[in-house]
Amino acid sequence: MITDLKRVIKAGFKNFTRGGLVSFASVLISTITLSTITSIIILQAVLYSSLNIIKDKVDVTIYLNVGVQEGQAMLLKASLEKLPEVAEVTYTSAEDALAQFRERHATDYPTIQSLDEIGENPLGSSLNVKAKEISQYESIADFLKSDNVLVSGPASIIDHPNYYNNKPVIERLNSIISGAQKLGFLLTFVLVLISVAITFNTIRLAIFISKEEIGVMRLVGASKMRVRGPFLVEGVIYGVLATIFTLVLFWPITAWFGRNMTDFLGINVYEYYFSNLFEIFVIILLSGILLGVISSFLAIRKYLNK
Amino acid sequence: MIYFNNVSKVYKDATALENVTMTITAGEFVSIVGHSGAGKTTLTKLIMAEENPTDGTVFFESIDVHKLNNNNLTKLRRRIGVVFQDFKLLQNKTAYENIAFAMEAVGKSDEEISSDVPHVLELVDLAHRSHHFPIEMSGGEQQRLAIARAIINQPELIIADEPTGNLDPINTHEIVQILKKINGLGTTVILTTHNRGVIDSVGKRVITMENGKIIRDSKHEK
Repeated sequence: MITDLKRVIKAGFKNFTRGGLVSFASVLISTITLSTITSIIILQAVLYSSLNIIKDKVDVTIYLNVGVQEGQAMLLKASLEKLPEVAEVTYTSAEDALAQFRERHATDYPTIQSLDEIGENPLGSSLNVKAKEISQYESIADFLKSDNVLVSGPASIIDHPNYYNNKPVIERLNSIISGAQKLGFLLTFVLVLISVAITFNTIRLAIFISKEEIGVMRLVGASKMRVRGPFLVEGVIYGVLATIFTLVLFWPITAWFGRNMTDFLGINVYEYYFSNLFEIFVIILLSGILLGVISSFLAIRKYLNK
Repeated sequence: MIYFNNVSKVYKDATALENVTMTITAGEFVSIVGHSGAGKTTLTKLIMAEENPTDGTVFFESIDVHKLNNNNLTKLRRRIGVVFQDFKLLQNKTAYENIAFAMEAVGKSDEEISSDVPHVLELVDLAHRSHHFPIEMSGGEQQRLAIARAIINQPELIIADEPTGNLDPINTHEIVQILKKINGLGTTVILTTHNRGVIDSVGKRVITMENGKIIRDSKHEK
């Protein structure tokens, strides 16, 4: 058994080295497939990072009535934080709001003058709410309309939330983000499918060349496993070599993108590549080996029946 | 040893064999002669179970070869050595490796392989070609290599399907002499050919085929 295994592995290596151009072509095509998979992994990271940046820019501010005590605002903040949809609530006091307003309009003399003439702080405090998902802002807004003692009735502390002003923009953004995610998934699926089909066909052609030899091996009494084994070993070699080539290839590519495109892409692709190198290595190595072995296994099956 | 019982083989639009019944006993040297398309190769393919008969049965000793499962068919093929007109050598293996492969297939150890392969290569006068690939060898050398591969596992039967079809008279004579020598050591040989000269030089039992039928068997004429 061990002797058989040793012979199969040795024959696989010999066939690979003697295969010349055919072996080279198979490794090249496998490398292209694995490069596609690696590109997709990186593109997904870029897409998710961009989407997260956009998502992070969306929030809802609840403006509280002038004169609401900090304690009441804190009670509302605490009850908002208990909602499962809420990621973060930030309180801005009336004084802070005024300071920020003055800072923002420091060069707008008439506005500052009018503010000084009023004499008192016309701004109320506010709560800035960030939801975990963009789609959850609506339910947070619904909560604010509910029968909560703090927010309803004549004693309501809420002046108005700006959700309804921003609603069309938020909804549109939400549909763009989910559309982008779906498109990304579809694109991934189609690209992987095409690459797999091309690799499968290349390996099938490589085995087709050996069709007659497979028949001869069977005629001299070789078992199916003895005939199939070296082809599977070759499949593994294709996968391992293609993985190494892909990892090396993406080093300068990601370095270039990291140096020149970080601002545009939102993440440093080079850093992402190296901080996730082990995971990427495992994913493409397994994909490469599985692709090589399964393609070889399926391609040789039809010649083994006699 | 081999028994054909009323065997017919019909391809889509052509009858390759029609009601063939014959017996070959162990140790015989049988030449099967006939024009191209007479059914000689089909007959040998049926013994190897490369093809299934349309009708009838083929026995190797008491085994119906077409009822064997894959494992047992592999075991049966290990008892038969085959030589083809187009040699059918493994092109990406050297002469040594071609023979070693046949030994590996039957589970011989590395020690047996390294002691037997040089010996058989010497027997067919190819010791000096042991590390050459088939493409680097002449037709006669390739056929001698094919014979060496066929006999390495000491099979009970050698099937030589037109082994001299691609060879010049000198190489043809050599191959016939090697096959006679193998038969002299007790191995049954079935040789198919369309070359009268080959049959004359063998001088053993001759079965003549035409249009898929046996029209003459020298065994029954004696």
